[in-house]
Amino acid sequence: MKISRRATLALGGGAALAALLPLPGFADANDDAIAAFTGGAEMADTGLTLITPEIAENGNTVPVEVDAPGAVSVMILATGNPNPGVCTFNFGPLAGSQHAVTRMRLARTQDVVAVAKMADGSFAKASATVKVTIGGCGG
Amino acid sequence: MAENVTPRVRVPSSAAAGEVITIKTLISHVMESGQRKDGDGNTIPRSIINTFSCDFNGQNVFSVNIEPAVSANPYFEFDAVVPEAGEFVFTWNDDDGSVYTDTKAIEIA
Repeated sequence: MKISRRATLALGGGAALAALLPLPGFADANDDAIAAFTGGAEMADTGLTLITPEIAENGNTVPVEVDAPGAVSVMILATGNPNPGVCTFNFGPLAGSQHAVTRMRLARTQDVVAVAKMADGSFAKASATVKVTIGGCGG
Repeated sequence: MAENVTPRVRVPSSAAAGEVITIKTLISHVMESGQRKDGDGNTIPRSIINTFSCDFNGQNVFSVNIEPAVSANPYFEFDAVVPEAGEFVFTWNDDDGSVYTDTKAIEIA
């Protein structure tokens, strides 16, 4: 009995470790992407609205909406995807508002992060958790 | 490589001068992410539309840098100011070098 209990614990520990290990890698890629966009500047928590569904049944096409009055560009990151980048919206001089909608792929349940670059050079960040029922990377 | 690529754009036919209108665009494209494997286990190479832009009478309205995480048949919805009558030009650039364009004229009502 003792051995099987120990083996079970070891297995459980190993599985937990394996589950934890990939996370720092993903986090680095996300931080790198954000740093490349902001140049390491501070990000405010207000001024950017990110709208995603709470639960996405199909990870292949998840609607995402950003609204950032005064922004010149907005970058969207899917932190749990093999590559975090989703897209970057750039608003030109004739943009009627700093609002855009698209559809993205999500590999699994994860946080979606949006970073907005404002016209005055400041940055804002917003994030939302999306639960994905069926992942959309076809891996 | 990409086949049956058809842009579809919805722009109102007329607007008041200075009015803000909503534009919806969709282009049929597989947006192969480069992550998927075929039946033999070989990776299917990436083939996506990497940039989209919308201009009005030569001035930029909106552009997007697109990564593989944008869904197949990429859809974009955004707002534009219409200062005068003119023409919207929509451009999509494919990884394989193809450029797809569409134009929509708008009148001042």
